[in-house]
Amino acid sequence: MRLLLGIGGSDDSWRALSRTAARAAEAGDSLTVAILDNPDSETTPEEIEEKVEQRLSEHDLAADVRHVEGDPGAMLVEIADGEGYDQIVLGGGERSPMGKIRVGQVAEFVVLNAETSVTLVR
Amino acid sequence: MAEYDYPDEPAGPFDAPPIEFEDREGREIEIRVYDEEWFDALCGMYDTFDPADRAQGIPPAREERVRSWLDVILDEGQDVIAVDNDTDRVVGHATLVPDGNEGTELAIFVHQDYQGAGIGARLIRALLGHGKEQGVTKVWLTVERWNHPAVNLYEAVGFESSSVESFELEMTLRLD
Repeated sequence: MRLLLGIGGSDDSWRALSRTAARAAEAGDSLTVAILDNPDSETTPEEIEEKVEQRLSEHDLAADVRHVEGDPGAMLVEIADGEGYDQIVLGGGERSPMGKIRVGQVAEFVVLNAETSVTLVR
Repeated sequence: MAEYDYPDEPAGPFDAPPIEFEDREGREIEIRVYDEEWFDALCGMYDTFDPADRAQGIPPAREERVRSWLDVILDEGQDVIAVDNDTDRVVGHATLVPDGNEGTELAIFVHQDYQGAGIGARLIRALLGHGKEQGVTKVWLTVERWNHPAVNLYEAVGFESSSVESFELEMTLRLD
């Protein structure tokens, strides 16, 4: 399978990366990591890339890492549908103080718009 | 967690517990401030909670997760419960959990056997009355946009919508 994982630097996106890298290494899936514009993140795209490479090496996985500019949800859908990916993977949301799951704006857009299947990692 | 916009005017007034009333099915219901002797009865409500009434992942589905979830919110928050006085069953629970940023998150649950009997409306008012006594000033919540009965309940006590851009509606209320 060809997986496209979007990451913007939120906690849930790091969890999604680790879990996906572990599974991809086991299953022999091909993984592309798309580093997204995230105005809410205090981490720069370069710092995210460095951390992504580190996580990938922990799982002994070679993956294509690319920077994606523009609206993150729209670009993920464009790339996944346009380039024939089998699955989009995203973080499954943050928890509120009460413990409620709050799905991010990017995930919402992708779920409602992608023709490619979407996995939200919990 | 984002900082929300709150209404300028406080809502209320709301009476604090204890509050006793007869629900629309004729059952004697008492709303009281939670204390730990009610822990097992509260767990019992969630252990038999209809999965279809879960909202945004809470209450958790498995019994041990219910306990660890309750441990956190009961420890940090302000809680009121609705008790059926004939059976000592806990039939409703409402809670305010501080968000670490001046605000307080609200959630309310009524067991499916006791829904539609006017308990939620009393319970949320009692929680807000208790919260005000405890010094809570800013309250927010999120609700699935399509959950009209819940949205109507929140609007009836004075919550105002602060964002409609997603699956979830954000609503806020000022107590003081």
